[in-house]
Amino acid sequence: MEILNAFFSAFVDSSSAAFALAAIGLGVHFGYGGLLNFGQAGFMAMGAYGFSIWTAVVAPTENWGWHPIASFLSAIVVGIIAASIYAFILGLPTLKLRGDYLAIVTIAAAEIVRFSVRTTELTPITGGSQGMTGASIKTDIQEINPLPSGQYGFWVFEAGAYDTWVRIIGWSLVAVAVVLVWALFRSPWGRVVKGIREDEDAVRSLGKNVFSYKMQVLVLGGVLGGLGGIMYILPRALQPDFFATPTTFYLWTALLLGGAATVFGPVIGAILFWALLNGVRSIIGVAHEYGFFFGLSSTQAAQLSFVFVGIALMVLVVFRPQGIFGNKKELSFNV
Amino acid sequence: MNTAGPAPLVRNAIQWGGALLLALLLTLGLGMATATAATDHDGKTVASIQQTEEEESPYSFQGSMRDSDREPIVGVEVTVTDESGFSGTGTTDESGEWSVGVPTPGTYTVTLNVDSLPDGITLRDPAHESREFEIATTAQQGVLFAFGDPPSAQPTTDPGESETGSETPTGDDSETETAAEQPRGQGFMAALTQRAINGLFFGLLLALGAIGITLIYGTTGVSNFAHGELLTFGGIVFYATTTLFSLPIVAAIAITLVACTVFGWLHDFALFKPLRKRRVGMVQLLIVTIGLSIALRYFFQFLIGGGTQQLSINRGAAIAIGPANISTSVLIAAGISVIVLAGVAYFLTRTRMGKATRAVSDNASLASASGINVDSVIRTVWIVAGFLTGLAGLLYTYFIGGAIRWDTGFSIMLLLFAAVTLGGLGSAFGALVGALFIGLVTEISTLWLPADIRYAVALGILILVLLFRPQGILGRKERVG
Amino acid sequence: MSKVTAADLISGTNGPGVAKKDPIIVADGVTRQFGGLKAVDVDHLEIPRNAITALIGPNGAGKTTLFNLLTGFDKPNTGTWSFDGTNLAGIPSFKAARSGMVRTFQLTKSLGRLTVLENVLLGASDQKGERFWASFIPGIWREQENANREKALELLARFKLDAKKDDYAASLSGGQRKLLEMARALMSDPQLVMLDEPMAGVNPALTQSLLDHVLGLKEDGMTVLFVEHDMHMVRHISDWVVVMAEGKVVAEDVPEDIMKNQAVVDAYLGSHHDTDLGSITGQIEMEEALQAELAEERADADTEAATDKEQS
Ligand SMILES: Nc1ncnc2c1ncn2[C@@H]1O[C@H](COP(=O)(O)OP(=O)(O)OP(=O)(O)O)[C@@H](O)[C@H]1O
Ligand SMILES: [Mg+2]
Repeated sequence: MEILNAFFSAFVDSSSAAFALAAIGLGVHFGYGGLLNFGQAGFMAMGAYGFSIWTAVVAPTENWGWHPIASFLSAIVVGIIAASIYAFILGLPTLKLRGDYLAIVTIAAAEIVRFSVRTTELTPITGGSQGMTGASIKTDIQEINPLPSGQYGFWVFEAGAYDTWVRIIGWSLVAVAVVLVWALFRSPWGRVVKGIREDEDAVRSLGKNVFSYKMQVLVLGGVLGGLGGIMYILPRALQPDFFATPTTFYLWTALLLGGAATVFGPVIGAILFWALLNGVRSIIGVAHEYGFFFGLSSTQAAQLSFVFVGIALMVLVVFRPQGIFGNKKELSFNV
Repeated sequence: MNTAGPAPLVRNAIQWGGALLLALLLTLGLGMATATAATDHDGKTVASIQQTEEEESPYSFQGSMRDSDREPIVGVEVTVTDESGFSGTGTTDESGEWSVGVPTPGTYTVTLNVDSLPDGITLRDPAHESREFEIATTAQQGVLFAFGDPPSAQPTTDPGESETGSETPTGDDSETETAAEQPRGQGFMAALTQRAINGLFFGLLLALGAIGITLIYGTTGVSNFAHGELLTFGGIVFYATTTLFSLPIVAAIAITLVACTVFGWLHDFALFKPLRKRRVGMVQLLIVTIGLSIALRYFFQFLIGGGTQQLSINRGAAIAIGPANISTSVLIAAGISVIVLAGVAYFLTRTRMGKATRAVSDNASLASASGINVDSVIRTVWIVAGFLTGLAGLLYTYFIGGAIRWDTGFSIMLLLFAAVTLGGLGSAFGALVGALFIGLVTEISTLWLPADIRYAVALGILILVLLFRPQGILGRKERVG
Repeated sequence: MSKVTAADLISGTNGPGVAKKDPIIVADGVTRQFGGLKAVDVDHLEIPRNAITALIGPNGAGKTTLFNLLTGFDKPNTGTWSFDGTNLAGIPSFKAARSGMVRTFQLTKSLGRLTVLENVLLGASDQKGERFWASFIPGIWREQENANREKALELLARFKLDAKKDDYAASLSGGQRKLLEMARALMSDPQLVMLDEPMAGVNPALTQSLLDHVLGLKEDGMTVLFVEHDMHMVRHISDWVVVMAEGKVVAEDVPEDIMKNQAVVDAYLGSHHDTDLGSITGQIEMEEALQAELAEERADADTEAATDKEQS
């Protein structure tokens, strides 16, 4: 039961929605656009910090008497703008670089963001290394929550009013993002982007402004990452260390689990990532209770679940590189 | 003419040997893990971090409290609560450590009971009395309480502070010793000298690690994101041999280097060679290294726990060089780095194998067509990389004050990549130049900028350089069409 | 179809860099250096409009590099050039392509994980659906897309690739990729097509139909500039031949006369490359024999026609 709970709650949990959004963004970057972005956590941080600083520090409800809905929506817009500007600034120098350099620059930029928001000098604005409390960013959403307090859902999917509300927001955003990506990539715009993924010089020779398309892709995927960042902090608190390299790596795991250049792949991948992570954790936990792993502490047993995640990622990418939804044929060409 | 591999029988034997070795390493690892637990129960050593109490749940908040003189603070109460009504309390033990287990992942409020603090000790930031933390992607979440006056001019701190990962932000200036001894002189020049010397040493260490990355990239095209773990591995074996098994230092060093060399070889033999045979694509290989990095990192955490391990090694007396203070061990470490780096330069430019390595980096198919055994070159490269990076890990424990963490290597992995990228991917001498540059920049920037963003400065400079020289400092441009 | 003569194209006396009556490309002082090597060093070059110009020269002569420079894929050390009267020096490659000059690559660049049809569709210019916001509303681009699709299918049929239209381009053979790249380039109805060794790896039967296709392009008012090592093909379809060696333009002439030029023979002999002069001169002899035969035939035909006339 415990195991089932851990496994299935990931199907509705807002963390899965947050990861799904960010993974869709990563899929736009890598799966469709061929951009090796290893700093998706940086985009998430921009969204999350934009949102939080607007809500908690600028605080339009308190300072200017805005309606909570206006405050909440404007905070999301601020998050989107922050992620876009970050994408734009990052793109200017890096989009002309070779793929592997791009990987290193994006990962470095994401860490620069994290080091910067975490620095003590910025504590009044960003909360420094401690980030911001959940209470300081949740008020607006709580205000506009149409659900009366109580428990919602059934079985393992049960949750309180606030969490249910956040889940609704999160999964709605995922739905919008999925439709958006689907619409974009069946259009001629998507064709150009996929062409760039294959060979940008060829596309250039056909008169397309490759740089501009890559920038659009970077911003689009970055904005989705930013929304993912916002969704991730909504049910909890803002913590700078979440936006570190491992998060990007987990997003890659989720993306590849589902299939990179697919519409639903990242969503399924994100859900499965959390379901499997939680599931394996609780299986190991239960096994430990029954006396397996003799001599090991339960903490050590839990760490093994991450060893498992790493190994799963390796096995997956070697034996089923196209993911669950991906097209085998499409990936059989090693380009 | 017979350059083909060893006879089938021999090859079989080698493969079996490899498998055995892997098994051996694993059992050694498990043995070590249990050894850690055992010493705990005997209460013999403080080096181990595992909570002395086996808590029911695998999830926990933990930390250690020390005052501004680094003395442990005993008997302080910490309460962890959540919205569903869970509540747990922990108290710091004689080494200042506390831990509170929680039933499930989720968001919790961690509160310090200020009344339980000894007289004269106050929180540095009163707002930290009660904070929210989350357990999501990790089992243990470190919570830091800093005491004393707010920091004015922070000294450069150990890299533990900048450790990546959402886990255990133990790194604070009150937590671990710093490699950078405080300059005796007050003047700017003294500070500059101290920083420059530290930076130079740090750069040399980075170079040892970075050359491995660049050689592997040059010959195989793989950006090894698990390279930091090679470095941590060196540190951990050194920790195990010196501290857990209390071997003499020379034996410990020898065992560490041999283990790291074998570890490097194992990377190629057990993982990358089979993948090459399968013709796995570049991006896939990149992801494989990410998976490897995650798996190894948590395996290390499994072995030595989530905290900082103190090594029982003698760091030597501090000696004065001009206005700067350097400990002898760091000085010796730097000397060793220089000698080894010179050896690498000799290897690459003078020996047959070294020349072959450079030929393969230049053009693998051409090199293979002209009779160079690419596989054996790549194997050599992995072995050399394992050795160099392991040595870097060993020396690095000295540099950061005789300590090791499960993610030490991961926390400086980006600096290694920055060094490699600055020098131009694939160029060994570029990596050396880049590493020294990064080392100096990280240390010297602290003269003007807050110490906690010094890595950000180094990475920022990397991006700036790429703006003007997209191929790196010593790299080459590619042909279009 | 009447063969063009030198007098139709050039003004003034012939020589390297001779002025054309109606040039589409005019290049001046274009140089490109790689380390110590001057890969391209062109004083003056004009490419005639609505004609088929061949660019030949030994391996490493700088032909591909010149292509790269003219199309903006590489930056010259010095020099200016214009296309159709507008200056193109320093203009990014995609803008050069938009102004009406589309190129193909010596090493084919097919877009592997796009289908053959998608590859060709990508070639169409001014697509409304390629703008970010417009792409969300199919109503804006559906009609244009259908028209493009029809045109693309026609092109594919002409290049014998129609049966493969839904296959990934990565599954095509080397020669088929060359064809695909050409079809893709033609999709935008360019004024000038620049082909870098278009026939390398294409089988002889198909070559013939492609040659006809290239000739057809000229009839439609396009200009063709192509690099080719096969002298047979050069003689067969080109109106004008430009010879490069060691980065310089060493000779220009009509194809019938170009191999008689001493500078050209020197270029091929002097270059220590593997081009076998014997085969070239051999080809010339063969070609001449062929031409002679053709002339005879034509004469025969003429006489026949004459007799026909007389008879009627
Ligand atoms: N990116 C580059 N870096 C260094 N040298 C180059 C580069 N591109 C071309 N070259 C050199 O410039 C010279 C001209 O090359 P180019 O490709 O233009 O020759 P080409 O005439 O197209 O030859 P081919 O008929 O074999 O295709 C060659 O010597 C080549 O080695
Ligand atoms: Mg060429």
